[in-house]
Amino acid sequence: MSASNLELDNTAKAYDGLKVLHDVSFAVSPGEVVALVGHNGAGKTTIMKLLLGLIRPTSGSVQVLGHDPAGSNAAQARLGMGFLPETVSFPANMTGREIMNFYARLKRQDRSDNDRLLETVGLADASDRRVKTYSKGMRQRLGLAQALIGSPRVLLLDEPTTGLDPTLRRSFYDTIMSLKDEGVTVLLASHALSEMESRVDRIAIMSKGRLMADGSMTDLRKKAQLPARIRLTTDDGAAGRAAEHLQGADIRHVNGRTVEFDCASENKMELVRRVTDIGVTIEDMEIELPNLDRIYELYQDSGEASS
Amino acid sequence: MNALLAIAGQEIRDGYRNKWIIAMTLLLAGFALTLTLLGSAPTGTVGTNSLLVTVVSLSSLTIFLIPLIALMLSYDAVIGEIERGTLLLLLSYPLARWHAIGGKFLGHLSVLAFATIVGYGSAGAVLVFQGVDADNANWFSFAAVIGSSVLLGAAFLAIGYLISTIVKERATAAGIAVAVWLLFVLIYDMALLGLLVADGGNGIGESVFNALLLANPTDAYRLFNLAGFEGMATFTGTIGLSANAEFSPLSLLGVQFGWIIVPLGLATWLFQRKEI
Repeated sequence: MSASNLELDNTAKAYDGLKVLHDVSFAVSPGEVVALVGHNGAGKTTIMKLLLGLIRPTSGSVQVLGHDPAGSNAAQARLGMGFLPETVSFPANMTGREIMNFYARLKRQDRSDNDRLLETVGLADASDRRVKTYSKGMRQRLGLAQALIGSPRVLLLDEPTTGLDPTLRRSFYDTIMSLKDEGVTVLLASHALSEMESRVDRIAIMSKGRLMADGSMTDLRKKAQLPARIRLTTDDGAAGRAAEHLQGADIRHVNGRTVEFDCASENKMELVRRVTDIGVTIEDMEIELPNLDRIYELYQDSGEASS
Repeated sequence: MNALLAIAGQEIRDGYRNKWIIAMTLLLAGFALTLTLLGSAPTGTVGTNSLLVTVVSLSSLTIFLIPLIALMLSYDAVIGEIERGTLLLLLSYPLARWHAIGGKFLGHLSVLAFATIVGYGSAGAVLVFQGVDADNANWFSFAAVIGSSVLLGAAFLAIGYLISTIVKERATAAGIAVAVWLLFVLIYDMALLGLLVADGGNGIGESVFNALLLANPTDAYRLFNLAGFEGMATFTGTIGLSANAEFSPLSLLGVQFGWIIVPLGLATWLFQRKEI
């Protein structure tokens, strides 16, 4: 028995000989929130389907809550799982409450908890209206509510924040964080890189069916060795002089008062000191560490190169 | 078991909400009443038992309408849910795959049975109200036509699920469903007759002909209702066909069940292996 709630071990998947997933190994522990990022067709949804047992791996193994999700104990594993598909749709003529009752019954749960879940996602007032009157965001939230039925220990969420406005996004992540504190494993597949990078424990980057990187934001920054971008604002006219003394930095832009350059993260203090040493007054300094977008692009490019 | 009933219940509720049930019931009742009332006007004068005439009319109506309704209910059941993404969500729940198809079948069958029983039953009620002269055997035939119509519907539901499981696109399923309806309801009998005429009744043996009749669920249904009961054959134009066919009602009923179980079993088997 492993300590992780979900685990892929050298898992590969091919459809009619076409490989969509190449020997991916990764595991997620209880209480961990992991983002799965990658372009369309990178294998994110394939991983979700493997974890749900909807498809079987061509080679390698898949484990969820200690069971093979496509094996004979699959129902046991699925009782402890919640899933939000990428495109969520419900019978248009049912009310939100009826849909929750239906799914609660399938999950062998009492329907009494449904009111609380509808409240959590902010649909309490709309619960007796038919789904066809719901907006895209409301359907998405109903999708989230059904994923939370029965207090799952593993949550698989495919593009959970599409159609949500910024306020709802924040409350969505609040919900995720409180679930994390309860020890729930959360796997988020998403394109919304910027909103995730500060909120997840780990990020797994997929490209063309391969796992390109897997680690915390700090790990990824270190591994990617992407430069930090620094913008200095000096007193009038000194920017050109400052730029001349920034050997080893990649100057991107100079004009009268500001100079913008890229440099290795560990050199940034040294370079700034050099500028002050020659008597240039620094009025303002902005440091932009490589964000997930840039790291992501780097791995996408290397994914292209390796295939 | 719980999952099976939950899914069946969901289908019934959906059929009720989107007005399918009421539309089908009204359609069947409308046709049944029209046939009954028009049918009894000319025959009443010559004193023919109008309940039997009604049974013959209803069975002809069934052959055209019930397969069509059943296919419309079922062709979308699997592929439509795959395209809408709802099947992905459903199968992420702790249930076996056969629950999904079995539940849908139970739900759709309930909807179809309700519409048939209420629709055709209304024709029976009108006949009782008119004081029809009929004995118990006639009422048994009337009950049998309703019961076997539901069985015929079940067979075409099962065929619809099979179509829905095999195809990769919803539009293909719709096309195949129409083709299946045309084949079994219209073309098959004409082709069979043509074959007989061309053959001159020599080459094709009786057993081959009988086997060909059973290879179409609507013919099995027709034989069951029109030839299976005494006194019925005299009213029908299919005597020529059924005189040669010597089937007991029980074996015809068996064939009807076979037309449910085989496609449904095949659909379930394929669905278990399908990668969503």
